[in-house]
Amino acid sequence: MSSPLRPPLIAGHKSLADVTRDICTPLEGRPSSWWWAGLAVSASMLLVGLVSVGYQIAWGIGTWGLNKTVGWGFDITNFVFWIGIGHAGTLISAVLFLFRQQWRTSVNRAAEAMTLFAVMCAGIFPLIHMGRPWLFFWFAPYPNARGPLWINFKSPLVWDFFAISTYFLVSALFWYFGLLPDLATLRDRAVGWRKKLCGVLCLGWNGSARTWHRYETVYLLLAGLATPLVFSVHTIVSMDFATSVIPGWHTTIFPPYFVAGAIFSGLAMVLTLMLIARKTMRLEAYLTARHVDAMCQLMLAMGCLVGLAYGTEFFLAFYSGNPYEQFVFLNRAAGPLAWAYWTMVTCNVLVPQVLWLKAARRNFALVFAVSILVNVGMWFERFVIIVTSLHRDYLPSSWATYVPTLIELTTLVGSFGLFFTCFLLFCRFVPVIAMAEVKGVLDVGHETRREDAVVTGEAA
Amino acid sequence: MSRRITVATFVHQDDVRAATADLRQGGFPVLDVYSPHPIHAMDEALGLRPTRLTWVCFLCGAVGGLGMLWFQHWVNAVQWPLNVGGKPWNSLPAEAPVAFEMLVLLAAFGSVLACLAVCRLYPGRTPRDWYQGATDDRYVLEVDEAGPASGASEMVAVLRKHGAVQIQELVR
Repeated sequence: MSSPLRPPLIAGHKSLADVTRDICTPLEGRPSSWWWAGLAVSASMLLVGLVSVGYQIAWGIGTWGLNKTVGWGFDITNFVFWIGIGHAGTLISAVLFLFRQQWRTSVNRAAEAMTLFAVMCAGIFPLIHMGRPWLFFWFAPYPNARGPLWINFKSPLVWDFFAISTYFLVSALFWYFGLLPDLATLRDRAVGWRKKLCGVLCLGWNGSARTWHRYETVYLLLAGLATPLVFSVHTIVSMDFATSVIPGWHTTIFPPYFVAGAIFSGLAMVLTLMLIARKTMRLEAYLTARHVDAMCQLMLAMGCLVGLAYGTEFFLAFYSGNPYEQFVFLNRAAGPLAWAYWTMVTCNVLVPQVLWLKAARRNFALVFAVSILVNVGMWFERFVIIVTSLHRDYLPSSWATYVPTLIELTTLVGSFGLFFTCFLLFCRFVPVIAMAEVKGVLDVGHETRREDAVVTGEAA
Repeated sequence: MSRRITVATFVHQDDVRAATADLRQGGFPVLDVYSPHPIHAMDEALGLRPTRLTWVCFLCGAVGGLGMLWFQHWVNAVQWPLNVGGKPWNSLPAEAPVAFEMLVLLAAFGSVLACLAVCRLYPGRTPRDWYQGATDDRYVLEVDEAGPASGASEMVAVLRKHGAVQIQELVR
């Protein structure tokens, strides 16, 4: 029997022991053939990526399709795309935690893992772009034999280095800290070397109330720190563009526009993974229609914000009276790359509007299709921002276009390979749902359960 | 020094919280409660003070933010003044992003490491108090038997009243 006021978060009257068993059993048995098939595909993609990254590091970035006019292409598009994917993980784990959205407990572990893997994928691209990636540590301000010549703290690229590394480290910390109680649960079920390993990893957790008391405070602090962090990261990414004096980039709308876009694309990726995971890992009771519904509503809201940003950008180009600014926007919508622009508008603004309908949010096949299209659209958004702003500059004689080479395409494939390989390994070795958090919300919507039990007990 | 403790196991979080509050009111020293998830209002039942870890977080954040602000100022304006587009040496807005990132980094790592330190959690630790089920579906309550003279029978009665499913004595 469920409460009419608060619908249950977890379907099917699960007990605490059921939660432990449902989440841990898949990790303890043998992987299914579906898992092996998925791993084979994603590991092959990763291998393709490794070969192509090795090749471009050996030959230099002349293997890319860039030219004098279009100096940023696929690499920065992919970088911004992956960083954006990561942001929904932090939104779900930190922002929704601060807003006390209890439905997040079923989703947050997987979403945070997704954040980590997406940031790893993102980090690869600027690293290769340096040309001599083995000298990446020159980014760090350390006393050196070159003067010491310090890094330029007034450069957004340096801000980016600090933002991305902080984001990765803090997300990893947040994720691991949240994992401690669940690792202890795994330890207590396991035998042999698994027990030893989990025992070391869970740092000797025993569920003491004194530990929980401090743990909850620190978790709240981390959420409070991660929330401004996630906004700062994409703000700084947008400043890589906005602080340059290039029409189409040099605008103050970029920080909020990029943050909204990042969260939008990340939510789409979470939905994609969530719908796959609930089917293949039989988590229907934990990832219910209610969770999908909530995610769809968030995605719709973000999609509308992104649409508003597109409109504002266009209006401000017109209203600025700046002929170069106006040209860039007309060129985006009607120039040689108009197909990319309209793909972006269709996927990001028009397609999500279907989610206004409750029936559409309940149709998981449709939601899955929308989430894939939004991912495609958001990739194109970055491509449009970067390439259409560059390919026709102030001097018509230097106008050019940009076509990615095979090496760039295989690097993108490789980054997807890395992402899905990591995600599949995560599904296999780590509890995909935060058990300790789900156990805390198990009673939501089932408030009458104890009275039921008492009545049954008396009858027996 | 060995001492005798009573260990009671519960299946509902509300029961273990109520039992904790009642025992403490009766003067029985509840040592700790072990649970698979945080129990709402357990800190009040156990009489735990708010943790001071928030101050650790604040201090680490302040050190990170102010330290990085100082360092950037020293690099940009003192140690090797570098003219970037004719802007002032010590332009504060340009120093804000990196200072903020270091604030977050130090505050996050500082508070987590401090939390692990005060909870005595570290790799390779074997917890002294460990109960099968406390990470699964049981709530375990530890009471020191060095309580009021009226003693054991009253304590067991309170535990039973709140639905303890198992009560045992341990010497530790």
